[in-house]
Amino acid sequence: MNYNPIKETKQDDKEEVIRLNLPLTDRQRSSLQAGQMVYLTGTLYTARDQAHLRMLQEIREGKELPIPLSEAGIYYCGPTPARPGNLVGSIGPTTSSRMDKMTVPLLEKGLKLMIGKGKRSPEVVKAIAEQKALYLSAIGGAGALYAGCITAMEPVAYEDLMAEAVYRIEVKDFPAVVSVDSSGNTIF
Amino acid sequence: MRIINTDLIRGKVKELCLELAYKMSDDLKASLERGRSQECTYLGRQVLAMLLENGERAEEQQIPLCQDTGMVFVYLELGQDVHLEGPFVGDAVNQGVREAYEEGYLRKSMVDPITRANTKDNTPAQIQIEMVPGDGARLSVLLKGFGSENMGRVRMLTPSAGVEGIVDFVLDTVREAGGNPCPPLVVGIGIGGSMDKSAAMAKKALFRPLGERSPDPFLKELENRLLREINETHVGPMGFGGEITGLEVFIEKFPTHLAGLPVAVNLNCHSLRRKTIEL
Ligand code: SF4
Repeated sequence: MNYNPIKETKQDDKEEVIRLNLPLTDRQRSSLQAGQMVYLTGTLYTARDQAHLRMLQEIREGKELPIPLSEAGIYYCGPTPARPGNLVGSIGPTTSSRMDKMTVPLLEKGLKLMIGKGKRSPEVVKAIAEQKALYLSAIGGAGALYAGCITAMEPVAYEDLMAEAVYRIEVKDFPAVVSVDSSGNTIF
Repeated sequence: MRIINTDLIRGKVKELCLELAYKMSDDLKASLERGRSQECTYLGRQVLAMLLENGERAEEQQIPLCQDTGMVFVYLELGQDVHLEGPFVGDAVNQGVREAYEEGYLRKSMVDPITRANTKDNTPAQIQIEMVPGDGARLSVLLKGFGSENMGRVRMLTPSAGVEGIVDFVLDTVREAGGNPCPPLVVGIGIGGSMDKSAAMAKKALFRPLGERSPDPFLKELENRLLREINETHVGPMGFGGEITGLEVFIEKFPTHLAGLPVAVNLNCHSLRRKTIEL
């Protein structure tokens, strides 16, 4: 961990806010560094354990995936049901390491952006650097706050999985922290 | 003799599940605020500020604090002079859970361990009933998310490992868990008893009000030391590095066998959702 309390103390809370539109360009991805906080606006897709299993199965069978991997950012989450009249319930990130064993094939197929919480395996970090991709952490346990960042949500695949189905979501000013950058540097 | 209808228990379990899912407790709020004022990293302060804002929004808009609305633990301490009437108490508790998770739009996370088939109503709760003297009745409910539950550990240390062995084990557990259990953490520790007893004490310890220390002078010192050393790991809020990794350490102990030293560590995320009431 690159933690230096003395250096850190000098930073103030007026640090420049980095706002980005999705999908990120190659150049934007390579300019971001581990430890930076960013606010994302655009399209993301939700997927967690069961959706990953199914996507891998489809890759093995040579089928087309339900989401356009190269532009898709995947958000690892499983929201609570929405109240009637609300778009979405609580929607914070889930632990990313559970997806580690299923991530490299997706990166090889063009996935460039993942958002979750907690560290990634060395294999995933290596593949992120090779593919010039990016892994961001959302703030775990801030599900009500993230609900306020979602402006649209619709299921796109595996609806039988309910909370674990793949949804297309539109986000606005979605806060996240660069945790593995495109050179393979990590914040953890 | 005092008579309690189990329908009262059903209603209270439901009420507590709903309150805990949406409302950050006052002691937790104060603790996070204190953490924010002490944190000296930019990211750490941002995280703590967002968690406090999350608490406000959750309560205002009745959106669960965290999407992992947890596995439900229910502890019932029943006076020996209390007589329960009405439906079986286990069914009453589960009915309360069922109603809360359905009517409150909470996430149903309970599945069969092998087939992974969802039970669809977040039951069964884990229920523990303990008999105590008198005619009082006390109900405690904990909603436990699994990001943090997955990072808990039990170890059967050898007696010679002593206090230093316990300290190392706790610190290793916190370090290895990193950002996964959503720090800053509330750490429950059970020392002694047996494998299962230590784990039960570690979980029950999470109910202690934040800021309170063990009445045992030695454990009190050990709690202070562990909290300090946990913060010195610099795992930091959400594992991003920083000063505030732990909010509290609570230790319970119980006599053990001369050949053993069981220690359990239960990590709870910042989303500590638990409450105790008297019935
Ligand atoms: S560890 Fe706690 S705060 Fe984090 S996602 Fe799980 S329940 Fe929520």
